[in-house]
Amino acid sequence: MNLLSQSVLRAAEGTEIPVVAPDAGAGGVFDLLWLVIALPLLGAFLLLGVAPFLKGSLKEAVDKHGHLLGTATSVASFVLSLVLFVSLLGRGEEERQIGQQLWTWFETATISVGMDLLYDPLAALFLLLITGVGSLIHVYAIGYMEHDPRRRRFFGYLNLFVAAMLTLILSANFVGLFLGWEGVGLASYLLIGFWQHKPSAAAAAKKAFVINRVGDIGLSLAIALMFATFGTTDFAAVSEVAGEADQGTLNALGLLLLLGACGKSAQVPLQAWLLDAMEGPTPVSALIHAATMVTAGVYLVVRSNFIYELTPVAQTAVVVVATVTLLWGAILGCAKDDIKKALAGSTMSQIGYMMLAAGLGPAGYPYAIFHLLTHGFFKANMFLGAGSVMHGMNDDVDMRHYGALRKAMPVTFLTFAMGYLAIIGFPGFSGFWSKDRIIETALAENLFVGLLALLGAGITAFYMTRLMLMTFFTEKRWAKDVHPHESPKVMTFPLIVLAALSVLGGVLLLGDWIKKWLEPVTGTVEHHEPPLPAIVITLIITAVVAIGVAAAWFLVGRREIPREAPQDVSFATRAARADLYGDAINDAVVVRPGASLVGGLATFDRVGVDGAVEGGSAAVGGLSSTLRRVQNGFVRSYALSLLAGALLVVLALLAVNLG
Amino acid sequence: MTEFVKPSIQYFELWPLLAVFGVACLGVVIEAFAPRAVRYTAQVTVALLGLVGALVGVVLVARDVQSYDDGAARGILAVGGTIAVDGPSLFIWGLVLSLAIAGVLLFAERHLDGGVSAFAGQAATVPGTDAETAAIAANSEHTEVYPLMMFAVFGMMLFPAANDLLTMFVGLEVLSLPLYLLSGLARRRRLLSQEAALKYFLLGAFSSGFFLYGAALLYGYAGSMDFAAINEAVRNDVGSSSLLLIGTGLLSVGLLFKVGAVPFQAWTPDVYQGAPTPVVAFMSAGTKVAAFGALMRLFYVALGADRWSWQPMLWIIAILSMFVGAALAITQSDIKRLLAYSSVAHTGFILTGVLGVQASDQLAVGEITSLQAVLFYLVTYGFATIGAFAVVSLVRDSGGETTAIDRWAGLGKESPVVAAVFAFFLLAMAGIPLTSGFVGKLAVFSAALAAGAWPVVVAAVLASIVAAFLYVRVIKVMYFDEPVGAGPSVAYPSVLTATTIAVGAALTLVLGVIPGPVLDLAGVAGEFIR
Repeated sequence: MNLLSQSVLRAAEGTEIPVVAPDAGAGGVFDLLWLVIALPLLGAFLLLGVAPFLKGSLKEAVDKHGHLLGTATSVASFVLSLVLFVSLLGRGEEERQIGQQLWTWFETATISVGMDLLYDPLAALFLLLITGVGSLIHVYAIGYMEHDPRRRRFFGYLNLFVAAMLTLILSANFVGLFLGWEGVGLASYLLIGFWQHKPSAAAAAKKAFVINRVGDIGLSLAIALMFATFGTTDFAAVSEVAGEADQGTLNALGLLLLLGACGKSAQVPLQAWLLDAMEGPTPVSALIHAATMVTAGVYLVVRSNFIYELTPVAQTAVVVVATVTLLWGAILGCAKDDIKKALAGSTMSQIGYMMLAAGLGPAGYPYAIFHLLTHGFFKANMFLGAGSVMHGMNDDVDMRHYGALRKAMPVTFLTFAMGYLAIIGFPGFSGFWSKDRIIETALAENLFVGLLALLGAGITAFYMTRLMLMTFFTEKRWAKDVHPHESPKVMTFPLIVLAALSVLGGVLLLGDWIKKWLEPVTGTVEHHEPPLPAIVITLIITAVVAIGVAAAWFLVGRREIPREAPQDVSFATRAARADLYGDAINDAVVVRPGASLVGGLATFDRVGVDGAVEGGSAAVGGLSSTLRRVQNGFVRSYALSLLAGALLVVLALLAVNLG
Repeated sequence: MTEFVKPSIQYFELWPLLAVFGVACLGVVIEAFAPRAVRYTAQVTVALLGLVGALVGVVLVARDVQSYDDGAARGILAVGGTIAVDGPSLFIWGLVLSLAIAGVLLFAERHLDGGVSAFAGQAATVPGTDAETAAIAANSEHTEVYPLMMFAVFGMMLFPAANDLLTMFVGLEVLSLPLYLLSGLARRRRLLSQEAALKYFLLGAFSSGFFLYGAALLYGYAGSMDFAAINEAVRNDVGSSSLLLIGTGLLSVGLLFKVGAVPFQAWTPDVYQGAPTPVVAFMSAGTKVAAFGALMRLFYVALGADRWSWQPMLWIIAILSMFVGAALAITQSDIKRLLAYSSVAHTGFILTGVLGVQASDQLAVGEITSLQAVLFYLVTYGFATIGAFAVVSLVRDSGGETTAIDRWAGLGKESPVVAAVFAFFLLAMAGIPLTSGFVGKLAVFSAALAAGAWPVVVAAVLASIVAAFLYVRVIKVMYFDEPVGAGPSVAYPSVLTATTIAVGAALTLVLGVIPGPVLDLAGVAGEFIR
């Protein structure tokens, strides 16, 4: 343990910002840290890089059983993560940051970037979430993708995603993080567009990719700015010297990182891709677009706490973005009839909660991560449940064609209900604990934001109840040839595990465990006292949730639901159905001006650049033809040119030196 | 009149040189005494063993060299100070030997043309006569090409290591004469080949005359042939400076002719087109490496103190070479001529590195030296060139190699692998990132920039654009043009040519992605012995 870790930066309000100071070479099982990434990477390599080149029966065998390999690598990674976690638990609080330097990635005269890993309490939790939920979803996908001819490739992509996500989490510097960041973006693109024969899937993949590029530019600019300001992007080094940068640079860094986070986590204004991303197979929606990848933005903000703590401007921006998004997503969720899109709106909203907590500083960081974990459980659970429903309904996603499925699919119903109770914050369930803490902290920091978050909880209760009622209760509205049935065991097993986690996830908060656990990463701060006693706030939140549930019961559960969505609806409903005009705004603000700009540039390119290039090439071509005549094949002419050249050389030498 | 003193010969350090020379002589003996049936096998084996032995020698010597005279340079002066076995010499030896091994593999290729090599069956027969027909029918071939090549390799090693003007001249001639002969030995299109050989010989002899006269003038100026002595004389500014300048100029003519710089490039396209492709592959790579080694030793060691007087001249030559080479390549319709002009343009790029020389105390710490940059560039250029010409030898029709560019249309469909490899070599020559060519160009440009030669660098960047156009044009023909008639066909090479191409391509890729080790090796080579 070196001295650095004991030094802390001091910023406003007596906040202590911890310095990252990994203990390199911890030895023992920690030397195997790289293997956590390497295993799924190997799986991806074998399934994507080697398998296509096999021939004959070997290829058939791989195509037939490749998914088992993909699942095995993920499970192995989970087991290793678990061992690592237990080992980390066994170390003293001061020694829970472990570094591993693999190799020097690239090096120039002034900068050097290592392929370094950092395993600390924050990374440990993420590792468990990614590999744990990831493994369950691998198992689920065995059943879900059973009849897909490209199942091997699907599992290869899933492994690639897991490897990239783990790289993102385990990197000890921003460049490595960016590598993983781009890796998950690629995997997300490939998986959203996995059913590439559907034009809508291809378009959705492209949309996700393009919007993510906008965010990635923010992150890459932030990294460039870090290189320019600090000369390094190591978390350890930056956290130590961040305080020395001037305020403008810190503000810019914070805002650029936020832009990156917005893209990856579908926060307003870069939110438009997430709903379309539901075109991907459902396990993908559960793993990437609910439980893990979309929360990378939250991770980025929490991980960069040593920057955000120094820039109140960027922190405020985070809070604003988060609050807008949590309401935005919730409103979308109220109007969608597509079960996956309704869940996607909810994901957006819940990530808004996490972002909000992350924007509130050290008081909120642990709850951001806590909600991230519980959300990972219950949202993955519900997405997989939705997949199970679709499986039984011939891949129909329209909730208006569901109804009364609780009897046909008892396991799916019960597990889904656990997720439902968790997300609305039913007392005792995991979501209750995590959301309650976020709203409480928000109320303590800023009353207005806190009230909006409270409102969001009410809306959440409304749309989730609506979804629940339309799917599992009310009367049958099935299409004629649909015979709902329970899904196979390989699909229901993960559902049961995730349902259990959705119920019990709250134990992480026992005795404020998660807060203490994350303290070395997130630091501590004196608690602002909330305006009301905590128990009163909890009661108010529960009351608001109850109102939301009741509203849904009266507006949805007691009425007849038409099989076709009614068109004579209020403006608010129309707006929500149209994603609050997110696409229209993008179109007006970005696409059309962008198209005009590109059109102008194309014209300039055609007239100006092409003119210069073609003129230049014509000139060179003419010169070439002229010069070519000198090359007439006569050796006497060549000799003459040689002589002339010699004269030229000698005269040039003399002229320069004697002239 | 000084008395002749028998020089002592440092056998260990000179082992690579002696091994190659010995193998060349052994080749002559084999040619005289071995039965015809075993000559091919014997010659190829002996040549390869000799080259590998020499290469091992280079490595052993390089591990062993000590600092010379406690200076920055490492190595020794051998044979009474006439041969400098120092870091740069050893680096160039290693490179030349590697290229020569690839060259032997190409020479030995007999798969492409129905079981015979690319060389004439009986060079002495007049083309079109019965004697020639009989020679062809007998499937006879010249195995003398191997000893000839070994002599050329010996010359290529002596040339850059020569530490006085006379030894340098001997090296120049030993390297050139076998190449003149080899150029005339093509099996097909023999008249073109013989014409090429004659032109090469006449112009080469002419340029040697310039070199010799320049040497005489410099001797008149300094009173010695020895580089160190000339350097001393230049420093002390003895004698008439016009003798020095004219001598410098004429010596440069001889050397610039060998590297094919404008305005001494006239022979390159004709010779490259006419000579057998394996010979061109070996010669274009090897000669350039050797001649640049010699050029740098002459300019840096003997004339280093007079840098300011010859740098402007090299500026002009470099700019002219880049632009004329690139511009003329554009209108070529023959792939070998195109590659010839491209090699002229590359000469310009390498000269850009050469003129980037600075005194060692002016270099920033960790800055790349011009010598290092040029040596690295030579590695990248050597392997890309030998690989590209090897590919050229694969594309054939009934009349032998198809070198007309428009006949290459549709190669991308006919043989995707060959087209892709060739396209890769072209991209490397154009200096596209992730190929060795990019790193090479970056190295020479930054060396020149550090020395303040920014106008040359600007010109070089502009010339790179023109050059990129011509390479991309060939790629376009291969992939996007409709084939003429039956289209090109690709002959399947034996493992010999395939190895050469694969190694060339692999090195081109590796040096583009991780240039560090070789760049460091070129840096470790250090300086010339002064």
